[in-house]
Amino acid sequence: MSVLVYTESEEGKFKKIALEAVAYAKGIADQLDTQVTAVCINATDTSELGKYGASKVLKITNDKLSKFNGEAYADAIGQAAKNEDAKVIVLTSSANSKFLAPTLAVNLEAGFVPNVVALPESTSPFKVKHSVFTNKAFATTEFKTDIKIIGLGKNSYGLKENETSASTEDFSPNLDAHDFDMEIVSVDKATDTVTIADAEIVVSAGRGMKGPENWGMIEDLAETLGAATACSKPVSDMGWRPHSEHVGQTGKPVASNLYIAIGISGAIQHLAGINASKVKVVINNDPEAPFFKAADYGIVGDAFEIVPQLTEKLKEFKAQNA
Amino acid sequence: MKILVCISHVPDTTSKINFTEGDTKFDTNGVQFVINPNDEFGLTRAMWFKEKQGATVHVINVGGPETEPTLRKALAIGADEAIRINTPATDGFSVAKQLANIAKEGGYNLIIGGRESIDYNGGMVPGMLAKLIGANFVNTCIGLEVEGDNATAIREIDGGKETLKTSLPLVIGCQKGLVEESDLRIPNMRGIMQARTKPLNVKEAIDANSETNTVSFEKPAPKGPVKLVDSVDELVNLLHNEAKVI
Ligand SMILES: Cc1cc2nc3c(=O)[nH]c(=O)nc-3n(C[C@H](O)[C@H](O)[C@H](O)COP(=O)(O)OP(=O)(O)OC[C@H]3O[C@@H](n4cnc5c(N)ncnc54)[C@H](O)[C@@H]3O)c2cc1C
Ligand SMILES: Nc1ncnc2c1ncn2[C@@H]1O[C@H](COP(=O)(O)O)[C@@H](O)[C@H]1O
Repeated sequence: MSVLVYTESEEGKFKKIALEAVAYAKGIADQLDTQVTAVCINATDTSELGKYGASKVLKITNDKLSKFNGEAYADAIGQAAKNEDAKVIVLTSSANSKFLAPTLAVNLEAGFVPNVVALPESTSPFKVKHSVFTNKAFATTEFKTDIKIIGLGKNSYGLKENETSASTEDFSPNLDAHDFDMEIVSVDKATDTVTIADAEIVVSAGRGMKGPENWGMIEDLAETLGAATACSKPVSDMGWRPHSEHVGQTGKPVASNLYIAIGISGAIQHLAGINASKVKVVINNDPEAPFFKAADYGIVGDAFEIVPQLTEKLKEFKAQNA
Repeated sequence: MKILVCISHVPDTTSKINFTEGDTKFDTNGVQFVINPNDEFGLTRAMWFKEKQGATVHVINVGGPETEPTLRKALAIGADEAIRINTPATDGFSVAKQLANIAKEGGYNLIIGGRESIDYNGGMVPGMLAKLIGANFVNTCIGLEVEGDNATAIREIDGGKETLKTSLPLVIGCQKGLVEESDLRIPNMRGIMQARTKPLNVKEAIDANSETNTVSFEKPAPKGPVKLVDSVDELVNLLHNEAKVI
């Protein structure tokens, strides 16, 4: 028996969330007195995984899996789980993990709990805490199944190092034709910008920016911080910014280290989606804006003055700390 | 084409979230329930297929009698028939098994669900349902066209989107973007009147075990007050030295 963790990679390189998931899996393995096996698909260098606590790496290399495919990936990971007799499987909260998790759960007749925020409270019965009501509350849920699938919430465990010597084995799952019933015709992805899902810092702006022509200063600030840009719902509804930037209860969830909200009032539906961010900064000219109640730091003032000043100051700061 | 739209009955987004019975149950007191926003996008797309391609549209919910007003609203928006499977929705897996049973029986070739319900945020029912009935599955779906048995779907991925070709039977987990916000329909008087006479069939549940069981809830610890600063210098200093995020 072992704890299996699926370590996602992009163009051969592991994502940060994958390493966090390994660290988390190691935490569970310690509770269960067992070891961590990582399974990866088309990753180039697996040596990094040992640093976070993997004892064994199952390395799948297969050209047919070069693009994500929920059915085939779930099939491959399920076979790895059987190979290892894994009773706990750790996934992340990426779009791909969320896509394949339900399929994997049916394949293995396993229970699945997403958005888990901490190590299991107990392992017998096996209970985990996870966020619900779009971060407005937490639930503690008990698994009733022999095999348990955990979707680890982003940024909820941290990149804990735990040097372990890891062995790597090639693993070739048997994939059948049904795994490839879906054909990816095209992928349209901006490669030069930070995505909201991966970002450590998110710079978000709302209707207070008055119009799309004023987003230059938001982009400058984001670029200076290496941050992703986001927006409130009306901003994307009006077409000032793309839908993919809409964050909140009905948009994307944000769980970054730092969230900077500029000219956003802080409606309950907006806050629900960004609550999981660790530190929140608000820039708003209305001292009564509800967002200040949910923020850690705030500046009451005109965004059109403050944002360029902040960008300048950060550039200076970066130059000094480089 | 026969379309089944899965409707999750959830607290309105402005609801205060509280718990009762020793923090083991969601407190529905004073809470307004609505069609899950993601499902509303899906239902709107289904209406497009009905009007442009002559599809029939059924809506379904797994839940107690309290969810019927939500199903009636879906009928008022234009669905042809509603089905309620009479059992509390205990966990995603058991809901998916109930839905799978009806989906097979009813011969639906397109099943539309949401990326996630905004209450339990499971994000699992459509994917499980697809696997249980052997249908294709596209999650985070933001575009869908169907021609005969062929479907083209657009899916949002981290940092972009991808276009997929697949075939019916198909299950999607959809979200904002599948239709324009301005296409969402508020039921009109005529729709509401018609909905009263449209069939709402209550079906008994099959035996389906749940795989997980939520034992308790809690709310996040209240946050300390905001620190207001006067200058960007001070802000940068605090973010670096105190919050340690830059
Ligand atoms: C079912 C439902 C779901 C929803 N889901 C979401 C969601 O997922 N995400 C979301 O964001 N919203 C969502 N909303 C909408 C939400 O209720 C608010 O309407 C929205 O968040 C407001 O956007 P805003 O803060 O950009 O605009 P406003 O509320 O108009 O706020 C603009 C703010 O900018 C400030 N401002 C103006 N000028 C300046 C200036 N010069 N400098 C600094 N500050 C300035 C103002 O003081 C104000 O606080 C949802 C609503 C519903 C009904
Ligand atoms: N009780 C239910 N009845 C019908 N459909 C449901 C139910 N619960 C969830 N769904 C569907 O599954 C989607 C995802 O829900 P969830 O997996 O609970 O996040 C929802 O958007 C609905 O389309």
